[in-house]
Amino acid sequence: MLSIIASRFLQAVAVLFAVFTLTFFMVRMAPGDPFVSEKSMNPDVKETLRKQYALDKPLPVQYVRALTSYAQGDFGLSMKNQGMWNTKIIRDSFPVSLTIGLGALIIALAVGLPAGILAAVRRNTWLDFTPMSLAMIGICLPTFVLGPCLLAVFGLKWRLFNVAGWFESTDWVLPSVTMGLAYAAYIARLTRAGMLEVLNQDYIRTAHAKGVPGWRIVLCHTLRGGLLPVASFLGPAIAGITTGSFVIEKVFNLPGLGQHFISAVFNRDYTLILATATLYAGLLVIMNFLADILVAWMNPKLRLT
Amino acid sequence: MRLLHSLAVTCFALLLAACSGDSINATEGARRKIILVNNKDDPRWLDLHRCNSVVESNIMITLFEGLVGEGRDNERIAAPGVAERWEPNDKADVWTFHLRKNAKWSDGVPLTAEDFVWSYRRMLRPELAAEYSGFLYLLKNGREVYDKNLPPEQLGARAIDAHTLELTLTGPTPHFPQILCHTSWYPVPRHCIEKYGSPVDALNPWTNDDKMVSNGPFRLTTYLFRRYLEATRNEHYWDAANVKLDGVRFYSIDSDLTEDRLFRTGQLHITYNVPLSKTPGYLRDHPDVIRNDDNLAVRFYRLNITRKPFDDVRVRRALGLALDRKGIVDNVLRANQKPASGVVPPLEGYEPVPGFSYNVEEARRLLADAGYPGGKGFPKIELLMADSEAEKQVQEAVQNIWKKNLGITMEIKTQDYNSYLSSQQSMDYDFTIAGWNADYYDAATFIDMWLTDGGNNNTGWSNKTFDKLVADAGQSSDAAQRIELLRKAETLLLAEAAVIPVYYYTRTRLVHPSVIGWQPRMLDDRFYRFFDLTFPPPPCSMDLRPPGS
Repeated sequence: MLSIIASRFLQAVAVLFAVFTLTFFMVRMAPGDPFVSEKSMNPDVKETLRKQYALDKPLPVQYVRALTSYAQGDFGLSMKNQGMWNTKIIRDSFPVSLTIGLGALIIALAVGLPAGILAAVRRNTWLDFTPMSLAMIGICLPTFVLGPCLLAVFGLKWRLFNVAGWFESTDWVLPSVTMGLAYAAYIARLTRAGMLEVLNQDYIRTAHAKGVPGWRIVLCHTLRGGLLPVASFLGPAIAGITTGSFVIEKVFNLPGLGQHFISAVFNRDYTLILATATLYAGLLVIMNFLADILVAWMNPKLRLT
Repeated sequence: MRLLHSLAVTCFALLLAACSGDSINATEGARRKIILVNNKDDPRWLDLHRCNSVVESNIMITLFEGLVGEGRDNERIAAPGVAERWEPNDKADVWTFHLRKNAKWSDGVPLTAEDFVWSYRRMLRPELAAEYSGFLYLLKNGREVYDKNLPPEQLGARAIDAHTLELTLTGPTPHFPQILCHTSWYPVPRHCIEKYGSPVDALNPWTNDDKMVSNGPFRLTTYLFRRYLEATRNEHYWDAANVKLDGVRFYSIDSDLTEDRLFRTGQLHITYNVPLSKTPGYLRDHPDVIRNDDNLAVRFYRLNITRKPFDDVRVRRALGLALDRKGIVDNVLRANQKPASGVVPPLEGYEPVPGFSYNVEEARRLLADAGYPGGKGFPKIELLMADSEAEKQVQEAVQNIWKKNLGITMEIKTQDYNSYLSSQQSMDYDFTIAGWNADYYDAATFIDMWLTDGGNNNTGWSNKTFDKLVADAGQSSDAAQRIELLRKAETLLLAEAAVIPVYYYTRTRLVHPSVIGWQPRMLDDRFYRFFDLTFPPPPCSMDLRPPGS
């Protein structure tokens, strides 16, 4: 176990470093620049702004500077939202995405797991076909369709929820449901596949032969092995789900983190792009790491090798 | 179970921490006299001098006030602001402003002529990197002070006493009061800025919502990034007795579909826009909530005349004459835009020049003259545009129109907005579709951008006669003669066709029935001190009930 942890940690550092470096140089290769505006800017003014952000220095110098400040936990100043620290932007927006993400995760698990288990246990009956068809629709239906549909019914028609914004304690419901249902569909299909594989194993047949009740076989004998694919899927999924979705944040006008991933790129906000990319990579690495440990704990075969 | 419990507690705590700010809907807003407006985006800066966009200007004209302002009923007539009255000398190049004795900053500190002088000197410090500093080159020695060739004391702005300000200009400027309406001429609070740091430091916290001092009808009280910015009535404002609203809340909702939904569920008083696809429906079924006003802005094609075939004036003219502007406006845009014959939209006191009409015969003849009869041998031309679904529809229509009328092929290339602007400014394009909004109510704002050294020209077009006409207009102290010179310049610009005008904009917004004081304004500057809200909201053709009511 310790060796797994140690090797994963080293890999994590290498991945983070690579993401940081690639992002840093790739955004600089893109056309456009952070200070372009509709009306052409006086060249002196632009030069002064570039100096303020040290963009007049050679690229390798800028890279080393950025790396040093990141090592000290300083994500720099945003170039679009001038006078605002990237750390503050992330600190303000991350809790919003995290709240919606956790809500979505709970919905995804609460819907996806039972549906998948039921489909596997009652395979090839209507209890299998119905949830799996729904799941297929859920996977195919993009959030920018589902979100406005939910809004049209619960917001515009019945006036139960706010149609946008982040003010009241119920404002997480519709975004979380929109996001959660999409993930629920994946989880349901993964659960079904994983469960089916285990249900066909010899030891399950043995349990049946010994007269163990059906529900006990599912809960105690199958679940642990059957949920392995879900566990490995959840690692990266949690990183994605908690850092927010650009589409959902636009549709519901939420002040979350997801929008910054995209708008920073459109604005060529070099420092914010770097901050969000590094943060996302960091979360991804941590979540994958936790998922690996979870899978190792769930699957004794892995621990032995 | 314990795990679930702690997860639930964490979620709840997060929810409390994440939800912040005070929620008000349009009905509640009307009762509390707080107007809810969408402003599309967060301001890039809150420092008045660094502002450069419409989003910021909308906030600044609410928080600050200049020497003069746009009139309540007529935006063309400069109305008294901080200055009670003013007078020019005979040549109209020295202007004296008499400031109100009761003009104050929102913290009660008196506002004096010295504040204006200090503000203009600050704006002209290159370290500040103020994008609009060029506006102040109109002041005598402005450019020299910016370049540090002269000390700031030599700037043509002088406080004669605490309430008298004298501005000396580089030349006669009869329309100077209109220019002064622009925010770059507004004052900033020296005592507040210097209290928190250096005047040119980009990180000086004076613009924070707990520190900022302003002199307009409202003062900044709350700014929550990506949520909203709220301004509250300023009791120290000289005309506070006539300000009806208690607050203005600016949201930063980017999507027009989202703001449309918010409006329909009674959570917004004024939207920033109306989705193009929904405009005809609103105009037909709900005329009581939609406002569709002429806007002082023009949409046009910018041609790169350093590239073939645009180096030939006959080709440029042919493209302009073969464009069915009315068809585009009536069938594609459908929000009452007007076909543009010239670059200056219809404005009071400026008679439109003939410019471009729809004349396919003449266009074909010109194209044949240029060596491309029936479009034969005409190279493929590539239009560069910023990525937008609505714009694409328009350009596809133009593609067909030119194919049909001239037999030429146009290709469309889209770039994201930032790249599009960069390509345009580095002239890396064949031709582009672009727009221009007036900075102030005067024809010059649409014409002087085409000067040889104009930073926004970006076409490679240069004409000495044109430059001379514009320069002469700038030096003319006779208003009628000045307009005549500008009209000649515009006529020449259109004859040379470095730019092909397409249409004049309209602005379309949804306005809640409880809003009082909405007026069509071509500059689209909204001065909320002239606004009011009625409670309870009057009846309306739409169901605007907020959720939970």
